[in-house]
Amino acid sequence: MSSEAVSAAVERAPATATRRARREGLVAFLFLLPSLVVFLVFVFYPLVQSFYLSVHSNDIIGRPTLFVGLQNYVAMLTGPDFRLVLWTTFWFAVLTVVPGIAISLGLALLLTARIRGIRFFRTAFALPFAFSVATSAVVFSVLFNSAVGVLNGLLFQIGSSGLAWLTDPGIALVSIAIATVWLQLGYDLLVLAAGLGAIPDELYEAARLDGATGWRLARSITLPLLAPQLFFLIVVSTIQSLQSFGQIYILTRGGPSNTTTTLVYSIYSKAFAFGSSDFGFASAEAVVLLLIVLVITAIQFGILERRVFYR
Amino acid sequence: MRRWLHSARADPGGAISRALIYLALAIMTVVIVFPLYYTFVGSLMAPGDINSFPPSLYPHGLHPQNYQTVFGLIPLGQQYINSIIQSGVITVAELLTATLAAYAFAFLDLPWKRFWFAIFLSTMMVPWEAIIIPNYLMMADAGLINTYFALVLPFLATGFGTFLLRQAFLTFPQDLRDAAFIDGCGHLRFLVQVLVPLQRPALAALGVFAFLGAWNQYFWPLLVTQNPQMQTIQIGISQLQSVDTNDLGSVMAGVVLAIVPTLVLVIFGQRFIVRGLTAGALK
Repeated sequence: MSSEAVSAAVERAPATATRRARREGLVAFLFLLPSLVVFLVFVFYPLVQSFYLSVHSNDIIGRPTLFVGLQNYVAMLTGPDFRLVLWTTFWFAVLTVVPGIAISLGLALLLTARIRGIRFFRTAFALPFAFSVATSAVVFSVLFNSAVGVLNGLLFQIGSSGLAWLTDPGIALVSIAIATVWLQLGYDLLVLAAGLGAIPDELYEAARLDGATGWRLARSITLPLLAPQLFFLIVVSTIQSLQSFGQIYILTRGGPSNTTTTLVYSIYSKAFAFGSSDFGFASAEAVVLLLIVLVITAIQFGILERRVFYR
Repeated sequence: MRRWLHSARADPGGAISRALIYLALAIMTVVIVFPLYYTFVGSLMAPGDINSFPPSLYPHGLHPQNYQTVFGLIPLGQQYINSIIQSGVITVAELLTATLAAYAFAFLDLPWKRFWFAIFLSTMMVPWEAIIIPNYLMMADAGLINTYFALVLPFLATGFGTFLLRQAFLTFPQDLRDAAFIDGCGHLRFLVQVLVPLQRPALAALGVFAFLGAWNQYFWPLLVTQNPQMQTIQIGISQLQSVDTNDLGSVMAGVVLAIVPTLVLVIFGQRFIVRGLTAGALK
């Protein structure tokens, strides 16, 4: 190659490189496009619409009619129901997240035992996973049935007259939480078992050489090293409990006396329950739900950055 | 647990602690498996049997007719097909869109890459219930209520799945990719012939995850399908419970039929489920 040809090639190279980069950028964008279209139409546009609807009144088929400013928010915050709704939502989260994680942590620790038949127990504990929110709620509605249900059957055997599991305002929320924890257990267990499996044995051996035993090992090694998984589960199950709908719809329809009406159920009943169609009010509640979830996510990122990862 | 229980000096062989572990595991197994057991047993009980009090925990004589009766209460066969179509389309579509997007994020240069990636991630933070009203109104406006389109359209792409696949694709050695391109491989050919076959475990994980999520959906299908012929099996099963409260055996038979696919998935596809579901938890 002559020296002129080389220098010409060198001069041309940047142009080809730019063209290639531009082409690659175009290909990349085309690959993102299908997803972006779906997100734009079914996530971002509705997100804007949620805000828009929340500051409008609407007709029976949901068409916004009149700009009403913050009226829906004022009605919501000063109305008689909203405080109860938030309270119910909060308690439902506590009643599902805390027992769910505590029980599955216990099970995960038991499953690290080196004894025969662990695989059997693992599979047994994963079985609730086969159920959906709907199927589990239907099964629990049979178990909770106050006339012929198994749970009241057991109470009867020990001399109790039984409970009105789903119709007593004092315990209906707890009953729904029991069904939810049962459904959730398999997932929590999978996450925690995976976390426990990732803790190197040498750590325990080293600690044992230093004379650590029993709870001391659990407290200084197992729990700190499991912190990322525990933290992840707390966040994920809290958000999931906030989003719960099917089990409430199927088991109690938000009753008795609204004691199981959580935020999401309230959105449903304001917007869609028979003869309601108050999309503006329901959208104001939807915005509150969005804000709560965003705050939890923000806290999650804040803490993740700083503390939880020891490794 | 062995790790610390076994170190108790008073119990050198660990026999007592082992017995305690078995006892705890056995009790929890009974508690956790009971609802599943009772579903199967109840599905075989005659009405007089399942409605007795105190309830019997095993059937007095088999009553498989429940499985016939349930098909008369709701259009179960059609609803099964609806669920398979809905979950199948969502799963395949999510795999396609997420593979393409993940490939772009993992291997290609594009302007504002971080911005686009942030857009994808941000969709994971929006709870579906907070945008369900505008989505419903949009479907109603478009006249898509009671159609498959309404059931699947909003779920044809996935931020989480894209993230999952991108993480997997990033482990692919750059040298190998360069070699393939020197051999004249284009983007699509590389994707189809090299990357996808090598990334089958990650794709399977996403597939199982997407299928389970779609199959188990409740709120959205409840809103956009009112015609029983268009409803998914989840909605059908939950309507059963209000159809006839005296026929609990048939209700249980319906539940059994609805959980068969997922039960098979749980028993035989566990490692994919573990991969898919714990992906977010482990880094």
